[in-house]
Amino acid sequence: MDQYLAKLILKFFHYKAPFLLLALGTAIITVAFVSLTVLFLIWLERKISAKIQSRMGPMLNGPRFMAQISMWLGGIFQTLWDALKLLLKEQVTPQNADKIVFWSAPVVVFTACLMTYVVIPFGPGLVVKDLNLGLLYILAVSTFSVISILMAGWGSNNKYSLLGGFRSAAQIISYEVPLIFSLLGVMILAGSLKLSEIVLAQGKVWFIIPQFLGFLIYFICSIAELNRPPFDIPEAESELVAGFHTEYSGMGFAMFFLSEFANMFVISALITTLFLGGWLLPFGLKLPSNLSFLGITIPYFNLFGSVLIFLIKTYLVILFFMWVRWTYPRPRPDQLMTFSWKILLPLSFLNLIGTSLGVIIWKI
Amino acid sequence: MIKTEEFLINMGPQHPSTHGVLRLILKLEGEKVIKATPVIGYLHRSLEKMAENRTYHQYIPLTDRLDYVTSMAGNFAYVLAVEKLLDIQIPQRAEFIRVIMLEYNRIASHLLWYGTLALDLGATTPFIYAFREREKILDLFEATCGNRLTYNYYRLGGVSFDLPENFIEYSKKFLKLLKEKMPDYEDLLTSNIIFLGRTKDKGIISSEEALNYGLTGPNLRASGIKWDIRRGEPFSIYPQLDFEIPTGNKGDIWDRYYLRLEEIRQSIKIIEQCLEKLPSGKHKINLPLKVKPKKGEIYSRIESSRGEMGFYIISDGSLKPYRVKIRAPSFSNLSIISKLLEGEKVADIVAILGSLDIILPEIDR
Repeated sequence: MDQYLAKLILKFFHYKAPFLLLALGTAIITVAFVSLTVLFLIWLERKISAKIQSRMGPMLNGPRFMAQISMWLGGIFQTLWDALKLLLKEQVTPQNADKIVFWSAPVVVFTACLMTYVVIPFGPGLVVKDLNLGLLYILAVSTFSVISILMAGWGSNNKYSLLGGFRSAAQIISYEVPLIFSLLGVMILAGSLKLSEIVLAQGKVWFIIPQFLGFLIYFICSIAELNRPPFDIPEAESELVAGFHTEYSGMGFAMFFLSEFANMFVISALITTLFLGGWLLPFGLKLPSNLSFLGITIPYFNLFGSVLIFLIKTYLVILFFMWVRWTYPRPRPDQLMTFSWKILLPLSFLNLIGTSLGVIIWKI
Repeated sequence: MIKTEEFLINMGPQHPSTHGVLRLILKLEGEKVIKATPVIGYLHRSLEKMAENRTYHQYIPLTDRLDYVTSMAGNFAYVLAVEKLLDIQIPQRAEFIRVIMLEYNRIASHLLWYGTLALDLGATTPFIYAFREREKILDLFEATCGNRLTYNYYRLGGVSFDLPENFIEYSKKFLKLLKEKMPDYEDLLTSNIIFLGRTKDKGIISSEEALNYGLTGPNLRASGIKWDIRRGEPFSIYPQLDFEIPTGNKGDIWDRYYLRLEEIRQSIKIIEQCLEKLPSGKHKINLPLKVKPKKGEIYSRIESSRGEMGFYIISDGSLKPYRVKIRAPSFSNLSIISKLLEGEKVADIVAILGSLDIILPEIDR
């Protein structure tokens, strides 16, 4: 992404920007993008759940002069006001909590979540840093959330939080295994761990077709990884009050909440990148680099079009996540573990072996 | 070997899924429950004692506050007991209206139960679906008696108001709608694999246990015992009506779930018959405000949505009852909880507790 930023700065300010400034610029753009996406996603979730449950969802909100606009837009400012309210709230620390651990947990979870955005390719060249080991990097960084959840559960000094923390550690660790194995098939087919190269390898056929089993396993595992219902066992509201974030108030709670949605976007973007051909059109179609329409030429159409395609695919995956969430009840923790170790793991092995054999036969 | 300790946790009285203010003291070993002790009494309002300072008429509103989800049952049981003491006959129309209202209330209560069980198991959508239809029943009640939760509708000698205009039309329309929506409820839960995994063979109550602990209502019938006061000791106009008593065979959570859905269907059947047979006439006979029953005592019971709801009233011939004892179904139904929870996982606590359909104001009184 920094090369585009450098070009823009050069064009408008005639100034060759140093590396540090570019890095700062990309960081700011990323954080702004994440925050806006999350605000939008929370509103979307509420609206979708409302549609599924035959309700209205947020409609009228905010001060009087904005309420009408908000109404027309379907209450889109709801999350903004919610976030403002959470910002203004008092941050309560429980009496016997381990203060350092307690307050660093939300920071860790949000930082880890932001770090995953670094390698997501939104379009050709539109990536903060296209690492050679991008996929490995994402898998490594996203595991940080376990640590933060354990920190939150332990630091709160609350029995429900502790139970939630333990549950989540057990859940995320056991789902990490089939999750990684399900991605090995993609790595074999693409022959690379660099996310942009994985996308380009899907020029002819998206990996969802040869890797359908892998896609299913990854999808199920990522629901567990995201702690989303139906696998929201660490924060099972009806059992553990709110699980690991029972004791958090104000921004501490908001951090957990926001990072949950930010993570959902990352996972959906990753599914798009790995299985749905990223920013590519289906059937090997290509976008024209400049589009002329009614005498108006849109420059960089290729770039904008790619981002649009990428976002459409990602949001379709997100809609699927939401649909699942608002339909199913929650399994028991031990059922979840059994499902992971006895069904998903053997299936992901099968997928890996099948893919390897297929590739060898193809080459012969 | 790592040294392990028992984990003592206090579930409630403030907890999202103890259905009120029940407190469970749980002794845990990891996720396994070793011992669960229910503590009740957080909602005690001395409703039985208050009866001794009120005339027979004045006590009716307080019976709403027993089981607020099926307030009609509280009204009905009390009014029936006092009428037996007074030895009066009420008009046929009033009898029919009473039964219609009780059955509507049973549907509303079972719908609420269906929603909250789903909520306890982590599914939010069935809850809203159930409430959508329950809302319509509450609208009917509001049109009839002006209240949506604590109805205070039954009177000694009848009911407070006659049915409003269009009640029969609206009812028929609603019952048709409800019959259409029932498959929706089933689609969401009945054969969902996660739901089956959570409810099948969990929280099993054998028929002997059910009898020993004094369970009544759907919980008893789910264990395979065909006992319903509407048939076993018929009151009001139930002998004239044609309906079945569904029973389960295993007594697990799923049986209790399916039985209640079946009961909704039977209640629909009862209401339809009542609407057809509804006679005209007065809805109430006028009794003096100062009713003085003869000296004596009475125990009278009805089938509320949770089981046997009984009133034991001793009259000393004065304006006020000498003593009122209430037999609340939830109290006996809750008594089995510590036995059921022993050895279960933490996640199953709410499912089992939810499946018993207890209501705390009735237990604490």
